Amino acid sequence: MGRYVVRRLLQMIPVFIGATLLIFLMVNVMGDPIAGLCGDRECDPATAAQLRHEFGLDQPVWQQYATYMGNVFTGDFGTAFNGQPVTELMGTAFPVTIRLTIVAILFEIVVGIILGVVTGLRRGRPVDTGVLLLTLVVISVPTFVTGLLLQLLLGVKWGWIDPAVSSEAAFGELIVPGLVLASVSLAYVTRLTRTSIAENRRSDYVRTAIAKGLPRHRVITRHLLRNSLIPVVTFIGTDIGALMGGAIVTERIFNIHGVGYQLYQGILRQNTQTVVGFVTVLVLVFLVANLVVDLLYAVLDPRIRYA
Amino acid sequence: MPDQEPYEPERAIAGTGMGGTMDLGASEAITLEQPPGPDGADPRDKPRSLWSDAWHDLRRNPVFIISALVILFLIVISLWPSLIASGSPLKCDLAKAQEGSQAGHPFGFNGQGCDVYTRTVYGARTSVAVGILATLGVAVLGSVLGGLAGFFGGGGDAILSRITDVFFAIPVVLGGLVLLSVITSNTIWPVIGFIVLLGWPQISRIARGSVITAKQNDYVQAARALGASNSRLLLRHIAPNAVAPVIVVATIALGTYISLEATLSFLGVGLKPPSVSWGIDISSAAPYVRNAPHALLWPSGALAITVLAFIMLGDAVRDALDPKLR
Amino acid sequence: MRGAEHAKWAACAAAVVLAATACGGGGGDGGSGGGSGGVLSSSWGDPQNPLEPANTNEVQGGKVLDMIFRGLKKYDPKTGEAKNMLAEKIDTSDSQNFTVTVKDGWTFSNGEKVTAQSFVDAWNYGASLKNNQRNAYFFAYIDGYDKVHPESGSQSADTLSGLKVTGPRTFTIKLNQKFSSFPDTLGYAAFAPLPKAFFDDHDAWLKKPVGNGPYQVDNYTRGSQMSLRKWDDYPGDDKAQNGGVDLKVYTDNNTAYTDLIAGNLDLVDDVPASQLKNVKNDLGDRYINTPAGIIQTLAFPFYDNDWNKSGSEKVRKGLSMAIDRKQITDTIFQNTRTPATDWTSPVLGEEGGYKPGLCGDACEYNAEEAKKLVKEGGGLPGGQVKITYNADTGSHKQWVDAVCNSINNALDNDRACAGNPVGTFADFRNQITDKKMSGPFRAGWQMDYPLIQNFLQPLYYTNASSNDGKWSNEEFDGLVDKANGQTDTAEAVKTFQQAEEVVRDNMAAIPLWYQNGSAGYSDRLSNVELNPFSVPVYNEIKVG
Repeated sequence: MGRYVVRRLLQMIPVFIGATLLIFLMVNVMGDPIAGLCGDRECDPATAAQLRHEFGLDQPVWQQYATYMGNVFTGDFGTAFNGQPVTELMGTAFPVTIRLTIVAILFEIVVGIILGVVTGLRRGRPVDTGVLLLTLVVISVPTFVTGLLLQLLLGVKWGWIDPAVSSEAAFGELIVPGLVLASVSLAYVTRLTRTSIAENRRSDYVRTAIAKGLPRHRVITRHLLRNSLIPVVTFIGTDIGALMGGAIVTERIFNIHGVGYQLYQGILRQNTQTVVGFVTVLVLVFLVANLVVDLLYAVLDPRIRYA
Repeated sequence: MPDQEPYEPERAIAGTGMGGTMDLGASEAITLEQPPGPDGADPRDKPRSLWSDAWHDLRRNPVFIISALVILFLIVISLWPSLIASGSPLKCDLAKAQEGSQAGHPFGFNGQGCDVYTRTVYGARTSVAVGILATLGVAVLGSVLGGLAGFFGGGGDAILSRITDVFFAIPVVLGGLVLLSVITSNTIWPVIGFIVLLGWPQISRIARGSVITAKQNDYVQAARALGASNSRLLLRHIAPNAVAPVIVVATIALGTYISLEATLSFLGVGLKPPSVSWGIDISSAAPYVRNAPHALLWPSGALAITVLAFIMLGDAVRDALDPKLR
Repeated sequence: MRGAEHAKWAACAAAVVLAATACGGGGGDGGSGGGSGGVLSSSWGDPQNPLEPANTNEVQGGKVLDMIFRGLKKYDPKTGEAKNMLAEKIDTSDSQNFTVTVKDGWTFSNGEKVTAQSFVDAWNYGASLKNNQRNAYFFAYIDGYDKVHPESGSQSADTLSGLKVTGPRTFTIKLNQKFSSFPDTLGYAAFAPLPKAFFDDHDAWLKKPVGNGPYQVDNYTRGSQMSLRKWDDYPGDDKAQNGGVDLKVYTDNNTAYTDLIAGNLDLVDDVPASQLKNVKNDLGDRYINTPAGIIQTLAFPFYDNDWNKSGSEKVRKGLSMAIDRKQITDTIFQNTRTPATDWTSPVLGEEGGYKPGLCGDACEYNAEEAKKLVKEGGGLPGGQVKITYNADTGSHKQWVDAVCNSINNALDNDRACAGNPVGTFADFRNQITDKKMSGPFRAGWQMDYPLIQNFLQPLYYTNASSNDGKWSNEEFDGLVDKANGQTDTAEAVKTFQQAEEVVRDNMAAIPLWYQNGSAGYSDRLSNVELNPFSVPVYNEIKVG
């Protein structure tokens, strides 16, 4: 186990470097950000040169990358164009996005698993077909359409929620955005649970438990659910990183000032430091989440041993 | 796929695995193996029996029939949109902006006074083209790279695995915003290229897994012992048996790519006019939803039905190809 | 949440009546305002650059500067006329040397006196190359600018030789050329005075800017919210009529608008085009639509031979006549824009240089004539024009598509024109500065100060900072030089209009429409107005 963790950690290093380098190059491909700083007019060449120098843009790309990564390891993520340190931006953005992610994950766990169990136990019945179709529809409609429609209906037409999230972004305000963000994963969790339950229901140990005369709910909660949830738990685990980085559309629609918003702003202003800084953290979250999930897998399923 | 990146968590060590977001019944997909030999008694039938069995199943599956018919219809109108729409999608009269349904214009007009029906019909071509071409690109690139890595193993395999990790770690929408925002071409190729660039690792991982599984089969070992060349082994023996999971995931991914194109257009970096696409129309109609909801609903509906058809087709194909569900 | 919000408002309304306590809108930290009335919340965009006066070149940062700073001059919120604010008088005999006397009794909100030195220090800071101020070129008319801000290499002086403090409240300005209306430019935010604190502890100042305007910054969370509160000891006569303003950052003006409708926001100063149709329904008379000093045009790449050969002015004129401005402003903008008939803006007033109809037939829709002119001019270069614009801000897509459809209809060709969105503003600007445009592109101009000079010189003078199409015309340049030297305002305006006619005859840019400022507000507010810069006159707004 220890050796396995070490190997995985070592593998993370090239992935980390590769991902940050890739995003660094991508943002650089976008070109010179300075022109956008002077409004509808041309920056005077002297100021432009001075700004370029200040942000280190006058150096070759590889050198910019090396300097940047060197600084990152000392905790300096650079400065945004408005003069704000990127770490400060992270300090305000990540808590919001983490709250949003928690709401989304809760939806996946509670709604997704319940629906999955219900349909898995009633495979082929109308409720199963109905939910299955519903999940397909949820997967098919793009998130921005779902988000806009919910905002319009719940926020404007019926007035159940605030159409935009305030800068505090309390949990209560994040319920609908969280649902929108979770919707697609929710559909996957439902289907995954359903398949897993349906498969395990036919397994020997469940049959034995039923034969022993255990009550139905006990069979389901103790035997069936526990084993069926292994793939589901791991799916949700790996989803964390995806949700955090993937909220660009949701955060935009609901005016949430989280990671997605900062990334979007950073891209519009071609602010390498902001974009690369946030992506670096997201890559780390993704890698760590993946590792944790793999380890969790072994904990949940004793048949698996890592070497 | 909107708002979330597709990814395929590595489960190689765990042996059994589950798919990522792209693949629906997750746990079923990766465990797709060749059907057990004794399925048809005669070993010569083995490769055929998987496909013929699947075909046998599919023909009787209403989900498959419906989605195949929808897709067939979409392909026909993509090729010949004038069959059912007479006007030009670029003919717009601002005087009619946001007007509702009327004679000759069943879906009404959008904010620019273009006929929504005509644009919805013509939009199918772009969406279907993006979906199919991007999927082809992803499938070819992914299975070649993944297949070779899985077959030869070693250092190349390790490097490829790390590269796929790198691509998984970058959020798709983010990558699209960054890369496509500098593109000035108004053809569909940049969007396709982008999807291929960020989509291939998913297929590559699956192809790699199934090639590794297929490689260990007795008949492959036997062929190798008989002195078959690597290319012969790969093409004749391994590929036919490893291709099923790729097809399954690719069909489902096709739907999500169409949806991704729309999301990119919504963010302003997808297709550009004079291309006619559902994504463009949805994103330009979205702010007007209160005054002209029809301009949003028709292209969204068409998009959702198309994505649904491809996902259901993939779902049905997966069910048919997965022996465990028989 | 919504229910709670309403309850709080009711309570606030009651409290205002009883004790005139301030109440925060939408969960702000109400209570710190005091004085007259409550606190309102208003939509805001994250300022792009650090909030320094000479570093802010867009409306969102400008909004804040307008609240926390007062300069020598101030533009009248109604007429746009430049009036003395901190200036007691600005004297000149030759349009080149000016003597400024600063009024007595003004202080910054931290108690420091506003002196002549406060201005000179601020301007020297703004002009100096090493401070990276985006608006440095505003000081370019002042003598010695080429020393503190050379075009290349390092600066040889730190202060402008043209500025001299001659007393605690007087200083002199020497310009490097005659510029009769120079004093009228001094209302621009870049010319604001700065307190010592700005130079002593710059970082702290940026976190919580200190100025001399009717408001002071109470709390600033960058990227999300700024709380401004009334400064009770403000010495000016335009004291704030409310307890304060909470500026809330919105990514999308549609979201801000929906928040206004839902009752979570008091003021939106940029109603998105897509909502204009229902705005009367949603807000009734709580919606204002007033002319602003903004004109939208289509510029052309004159560095591209296709657009700069003999006859191409006919193509440009033909394109101009193929645009049905009236229909587009009616339908897309619901009359928040007015079809342009010259290259300036109605807010200048006719004596200020605005001349309706100067464009003549060339700005009237006429499909037949358009088709003829384009044909005579040799047809569209490459058979198709692409109108380039940035897709990330504003409602540009809507009008570009509409303009293209109009051109297509007029020229009877579905593919004559297509929009060409560029993903980011920065990239759009890059393509312009790198001279990569191959066809017409969006050019908007928001005036810095209400003078006809500001609508012509920066945009069409050879190599001027906003001459994006790189148009160059000796006759035009000569006329502008002549006008700048004329001390008689009426005469100068007339010369500028002659220069504008040169622009017309060459169709250097196609004027599209004059933009209005539009704003919607909640029923808690009254006396809401927009100034000619389309910024709400916050200090006049009454809450409750």
